[in-house]
Amino acid sequence: MLAQRAGTTALRRVAAAPSSVFKLAPFAAMQTRPIQTERLTPADEAAILAKQRLNRPVSPHLEIYDPKQTWFGGSAWQRITGASFSGALYASAVAYLAAPLVGWHLESASLVAAAAALPVAVKGALKFLVAWPFVFHAINGVRHLAFDLGIGFSRATIIKTGWYFWGASIVGGVYLAFFM
Amino acid sequence: MAALRSSSARVFAAASRPAFRPVVAARGMANLADGATQSQQASSEQSPKLKTFQIYRWNPDTPTEKPRMQSYTLDLNKTGPMVLDALVRIKNELDPTLTFRRSCREGICGSCAMNINGTNTLACLCRIPADNSAEMKIYPLPHTYVVKDLVPDLTLFYKQYKSIKPYLQRDTPSPDGKEYRQSKADRKKLDGLYECILCACCSTSCPSYWWNSEEYLGPAILLQSYRWLADSRDERTAERKDALNNSMSLYRCHTILNCTRTCPKGLNPGLAIANIKKELAF
Repeated sequence: MLAQRAGTTALRRVAAAPSSVFKLAPFAAMQTRPIQTERLTPADEAAILAKQRLNRPVSPHLEIYDPKQTWFGGSAWQRITGASFSGALYASAVAYLAAPLVGWHLESASLVAAAAALPVAVKGALKFLVAWPFVFHAINGVRHLAFDLGIGFSRATIIKTGWYFWGASIVGGVYLAFFM
Repeated sequence: MAALRSSSARVFAAASRPAFRPVVAARGMANLADGATQSQQASSEQSPKLKTFQIYRWNPDTPTEKPRMQSYTLDLNKTGPMVLDALVRIKNELDPTLTFRRSCREGICGSCAMNINGTNTLACLCRIPADNSAEMKIYPLPHTYVVKDLVPDLTLFYKQYKSIKPYLQRDTPSPDGKEYRQSKADRKKLDGLYECILCACCSTSCPSYWWNSEEYLGPAILLQSYRWLADSRDERTAERKDALNNSMSLYRCHTILNCTRTCPKGLNPGLAIANIKKELAF
């Protein structure tokens, strides 16, 4: 290995001397390269790139991102709760319209009677299913109004208020479901 | 070959460097042997602190193979404190095919942006948690096209940056013909904006950008937009606002705020976007 190194150093010295450029020619012919490159036109390059781009996978996103931010994000739940209330409103309105035709009994009196017959735990749980999204949407909506005014954007505030609003919405939902 | 390098240099190197960072610090062929002896000494002194890194792998030369997670175990006693140190050491010692971008190793260039343990950050600014032995998971930036392993294709991101004309636009010459002056208060408005290094951590943390990246500009580019809207020297504020005033460019932001929580430079893209929305509304 030492001999090889000495050899290459000698070659370099020869190469460095300006007058010996032509003497170097036979050496250059003897050299072999393990890797060969080929010259490409810009069009070829673009074609190779386009072909490679077709193969590229999309890196993982929702499934690997921090679950605290993905699954407890106030913004996503604001939309989920809002959309489910709109959906429920449309569904109940349509059901109320269709009731006489289909023969359902959705009058207030019969609904009150049906709810009164349920045990307290079931009644509370059903109410919580409506009460929690309502409270969450209401108070988190205020948080988003504050965001629109440019308030509460520091990193610590975002993380803290996020959890506070989750806590407050659960407390409020339980209150509406079981103590009202 | 090791003998060819002067032995005094080796002694000097061994004395001046901490024993637990041999190979990363000492480059070059001859020093690899030194590194091995040094690390043997280090391991005999301390009990090894093993940490496993699970790293996303995908090779464009075998495109039919699915992306997979490969685990590498390192002794933290012999590794630098940051995730980038670990990646460099894996590439040097365990697997030279591991591919990632890196350059400055001090949070200035933004090359080593990646998803580490679920959040986007710069590998060079992210410490390896030494207090536990939990595995670390390292992915490329989320919802990007992968060029290879941890290297994402950011072509679209840079095109979007170009689309907001990120340069000073003005027609009025300066009064003294020398430079465009600014009051201290006006200059202060640019603090927290000009520091952005366009590492794409925030944009690729934003679910809205994941689903709408063709049209939504994303937090990083919007922060840059606001940087030019807030600049007192720029004279195209109205045009810049007009360009943003449509349903997609700006208003796909739903204040999810993953951007502010992830920014490795501690900037606040969420606030910048809120300020643009305010300027457009009032």
